[in-house]
Amino acid sequence: MKLLHLVATTVTGLLLIMGSLDLAETGDPAAPAATHVSPRYIESSLEETGVENMVTAVLADYRGFDTLGEVTVIFTGAIAVLLILRTGLKEDEE
Amino acid sequence: MTLPPEQPPDVIIKVVCRSLVPFIQLFGLYVVMHGHSSPGGGFQGGVILAASFVLLVLAEDRATLRHHIPPAALNASTSAGVLLFAGLGVVCLALGANYLDYGPLPFAEPRSIGMLVIEIGVGITVMAAMLSIFRDLLEF
Amino acid sequence: MAILDGAAGHLNTVGYIVLMMIGFYAMTGKSNLVKKLVGMNIFQWSIILFVVSLSAKRGASIPIVLDGHGGDAARVLDAALYVNPLPHVLMLTAIVVGVAITGVALALLLQIHRQFGTLEENELLERLRTSTGS
Repeated sequence: MKLLHLVATTVTGLLLIMGSLDLAETGDPAAPAATHVSPRYIESSLEETGVENMVTAVLADYRGFDTLGEVTVIFTGAIAVLLILRTGLKEDEE
Repeated sequence: MTLPPEQPPDVIIKVVCRSLVPFIQLFGLYVVMHGHSSPGGGFQGGVILAASFVLLVLAEDRATLRHHIPPAALNASTSAGVLLFAGLGVVCLALGANYLDYGPLPFAEPRSIGMLVIEIGVGITVMAAMLSIFRDLLEF
Repeated sequence: MAILDGAAGHLNTVGYIVLMMIGFYAMTGKSNLVKKLVGMNIFQWSIILFVVSLSAKRGASIPIVLDGHGGDAARVLDAALYVNPLPHVLMLTAIVVGVAITGVALALLLQIHRQFGTLEENELLERLRTSTGS
């Protein structure tokens, strides 16, 4: 059984390595990841938002709705743990 | 689930951790408030603030967190952060812009201030959620 | 190792794939649920490291404008001087959500341990089978 898992893992890894051969070189300024959306953020985020940290500008302004979703996920996680374990308000309710 | 009986905390660990906690909390607040101009933001600062309380609980006993932050306050602030975030979006709507478009807020640098409010909301939620998860796992 | 010649420009990707294989094997091959959770975290971190490494750019600095505040805010910045901020943003939220996921998973494991007294997968299946059969 262990052997089957090991073979499955190795085959998946080799397939992923073969698939990654066509990736652009790490640090290549002309890579597709560096030429499509991000130049727009880098060039005009300071002018449009007045915030020096581009990560914050993208996180809270351009993709604010996305961040709202992430915060809701964390909130839901805390509520889920509370409901699964039911310890939160035990002493207070009495 | 049987937990080992609680040892009385060592005095050196207690004193060192207690004196470290305010500095960690100050750094966490700095990271939240300076998310605009330096590496940082609500997520990172919230986690640092939560880590300071976790250190306090690890150095002392399990009742410490309940002593410093009542459970009801922790649960309330988990949702208060999300409310602050979503409420600012509604304020933007009321001022005639799109949801979470900080342009028309009545400040000198509206987008900067809007992002700061959002980072504070994120920080409150992340800190309270991490502490709430930690407390629930600890007290089960 | 002829297969690695094509990957010479991005050997770090091979490292992340090896990390992913460790996590994948722990998730599928181990029968203890806590080890599966650790494997899931390793898997998640391999993906986070991979996406962050996509943002690297030779000769570029961190995506923070040094003299931005109070300076000439209307100037256009050169995109070649700053690394790509987008993967940082996506992975920043992914890390925190990952912690929340780990918390929920640990809570579920605690409940499973309270209900069944074990976290070994085959023992759990055994107990489920006997409890539904009787």
